[in-house]
Amino acid sequence: MAARKTPAKSNTSKEELLGYYRDMLLIRRFEEKAGQLYGMGLIGGFCHLYIGQEAVVVGIEAATKEGDKRITSYRDHGHMLACGMDAKGVMAELTGREGGYSKGKGGSMHMFSKEKHFYGGHGIVGAQVPLGAGLAFADKYLGNDNVSFTYFGDGAANQGQVYETYNMAQLWNLPIVFVIENNGYAMGTSVKRSTKSPSLWERGAAYGIKGEAVDGMDVLAVKAAAEKAIAACRAGDGPYILEMTTYRYRGHSMSDPAKYRTREEVQKMRDEKDAIEHVRDLLVEGGHANDDDLKAIDKEIKAIVNESAEFAKTSPEPALSELWTDIYA
Amino acid sequence: MATQILMPALSPTMEEGTLAKWLVKEGDTVKSGQIMAEIETDKATMEFEAVDEGIVGKILIAEGTANVKVNTPIAVLVEEGEDADSAAPAAPAAAATQAPEKAAENFPRGEASAPVAVVSKASPDWPEGTPMKTMTVREALREAMAEEMRDNPLVYLMGEEVGEYQGAYKISQGLLDEFGPKRVVDTPITEHGFAGIAVGSAMAGLNPIVEFMTFNFAMQAIDHLLNSAAKTLYMSGGQMGCPIVFRGPNGAAARVGAQHSQDYAAWYAMVPGLKVVMPYSASDAKGLLKQAIRDPNPVIFLENEIMYGKSFEVPDLPDFTIPFGKARVWREGTDVTIVSFGIGMTYALEAADKLAEDGISAEVIDLRTLRPIDYDTVLASVQKTNRCVTVEEGWPVGSIGNHLSATIMERAFDYLDAPVINCTGKDVPMPYAANLEKHALITTAEVIEAVKSVCYR
Repeated sequence: MAARKTPAKSNTSKEELLGYYRDMLLIRRFEEKAGQLYGMGLIGGFCHLYIGQEAVVVGIEAATKEGDKRITSYRDHGHMLACGMDAKGVMAELTGREGGYSKGKGGSMHMFSKEKHFYGGHGIVGAQVPLGAGLAFADKYLGNDNVSFTYFGDGAANQGQVYETYNMAQLWNLPIVFVIENNGYAMGTSVKRSTKSPSLWERGAAYGIKGEAVDGMDVLAVKAAAEKAIAACRAGDGPYILEMTTYRYRGHSMSDPAKYRTREEVQKMRDEKDAIEHVRDLLVEGGHANDDDLKAIDKEIKAIVNESAEFAKTSPEPALSELWTDIYA
Repeated sequence: MATQILMPALSPTMEEGTLAKWLVKEGDTVKSGQIMAEIETDKATMEFEAVDEGIVGKILIAEGTANVKVNTPIAVLVEEGEDADSAAPAAPAAAATQAPEKAAENFPRGEASAPVAVVSKASPDWPEGTPMKTMTVREALREAMAEEMRDNPLVYLMGEEVGEYQGAYKISQGLLDEFGPKRVVDTPITEHGFAGIAVGSAMAGLNPIVEFMTFNFAMQAIDHLLNSAAKTLYMSGGQMGCPIVFRGPNGAAARVGAQHSQDYAAWYAMVPGLKVVMPYSASDAKGLLKQAIRDPNPVIFLENEIMYGKSFEVPDLPDFTIPFGKARVWREGTDVTIVSFGIGMTYALEAADKLAEDGISAEVIDLRTLRPIDYDTVLASVQKTNRCVTVEEGWPVGSIGNHLSATIMERAFDYLDAPVINCTGKDVPMPYAANLEKHALITTAEVIEAVKSVCYR
């Protein structure tokens, strides 16, 4: 096994590190469980797992305050867990049950929470980008200092509406942080095969938008970059682009034959760059936690995930009458 | 040789205008390209340039004259030493006055040259004795938006040229002055992007009105209308709605070709989660737009450029709305039911007038909203008349008329004395040539023929 680089000594507090560890582990274990349930036929349709990319949402969420909004694509389970949505409700939505966030009518790609300011869950690649700018437009209109986080992938970064949005977001100084989750592959097409741009965040420069590339496998780097971007937005100096270099270990969706990359490439990322192992090392080497402490957290997370799976299996299917509700307000 | 200068057509639908101001006087020498006059159309005040060089021999139409028909001689340019009066031959003048009549023949779309107030014959939407005022559809739409914006600070208008330009069709004229740039938001030409931004802002609690310069351009944004706006409430299990109005002119204008002449009524009416409104009269335009702005759902509000300048009686009430899903019976009749909506009503009503002369009594129903649709009023009428003709400007395949025919067949089959006929636009992209365009559109004559056919006359 290739050795991970020893992380630089961190000034981050024990509590903070434990929090990141717990939040990232919850996403990973949750997604592993979702993969299992998919294999058992309990989850249908498309199911896009977030495994590998956990540091991105956890790092961003660590920098937010109440009132900030978030919106993302169809790879959305991690975002929901990271902003505090209940694992049971998310899992039950994946199984299409009445206890799901959308009463089973949305599925993996379409979940929302008004309470947690999570605006979906969107299945059309790139469509969430102008929608996210609309969230920021509303906050600016209402005169508050909230910031909207709009997540999209390297695939969506080639959609025209992203650039229409960049133009207007900068024209109107919208308080929005565009978070590009560059995991290297748009479904099966690598970034190299889809663009000759050397980097995605730099495209914002054409509109006068500031931005930077961030190691998306390092939760501390993500948080630090998010704080900088948020400060700019709250000061009326938005928008801001953060391009997260990250990696997904699993396929694009559950039905991905993964012919476009090698097993070795995936294994190398897991061995050298894993975001959770990185924080685990910081905890152990900083003397903040020992194996037993971490095992206890693992157990705690496992219990949450198992409980969510149990709920998702036992929650009844929606009543047939639900077919005809929620079409009009 | 003297040249007559004719009143120019300065927009696709302009038939007449006001000669607001002369910038030259008799005896002035003008160069080609020089601005000679300011002409006010229903959309804007425009400058009118000289094409030829010469001396202004005579000004035929004084400034301030309104309703000057397109192609009317407005001045005579002469060469040095030429006399304007003797040089202006009678024959070309006569030809010039003939031209507009000929043009009108080519556009038999029920367009009277002067605005005519149309009065409803049945089931008004306001109490008897309500004071009425005459206003154009354009003014009614503007008043509806202004009233709702005054009442609700979360309502804002967004679109291309809605602010500083005062609206491509002058619907938003004056709104920027009253409400400021925060609430009257000019956008770049970027329909996909700004439609998405507006939808996002609606999800976050605002009440946007999105003006598409025409609905043809909404095709660039249709993903957000359907996937982002219409489906969110359902996909979120009722948690998150999208209170938004998409409005703008829809359907054929005049002589603008295939890409700018399409009726989207049936397309949008297909989508659950959307509400679809297509008013004909000014009172409906006002009452339904106010209702649309208050509706907590995404509403597609289909206007028509040709109707913008038409005048109707509108109730003078402080707060006048019309509920969705309630058709209006414009004319009661006993022999046949004609169902239409939007500009189709022009043909329907005109046909009914002419049919009355032939002793056929047509009941004319304006659906007004296509989602929800008022089936009951249609079915009740068909049960009375036993015959039905539908009239719309859109294409025949998958038309609103097709849907109504199926509904009538399912629910009132035994009442029918003849098959329902759907009068629609022709199954072709809109041609540019005037004669072809005329034949591509639905005509009053076709409606009359269809009615006679179902009446076996």
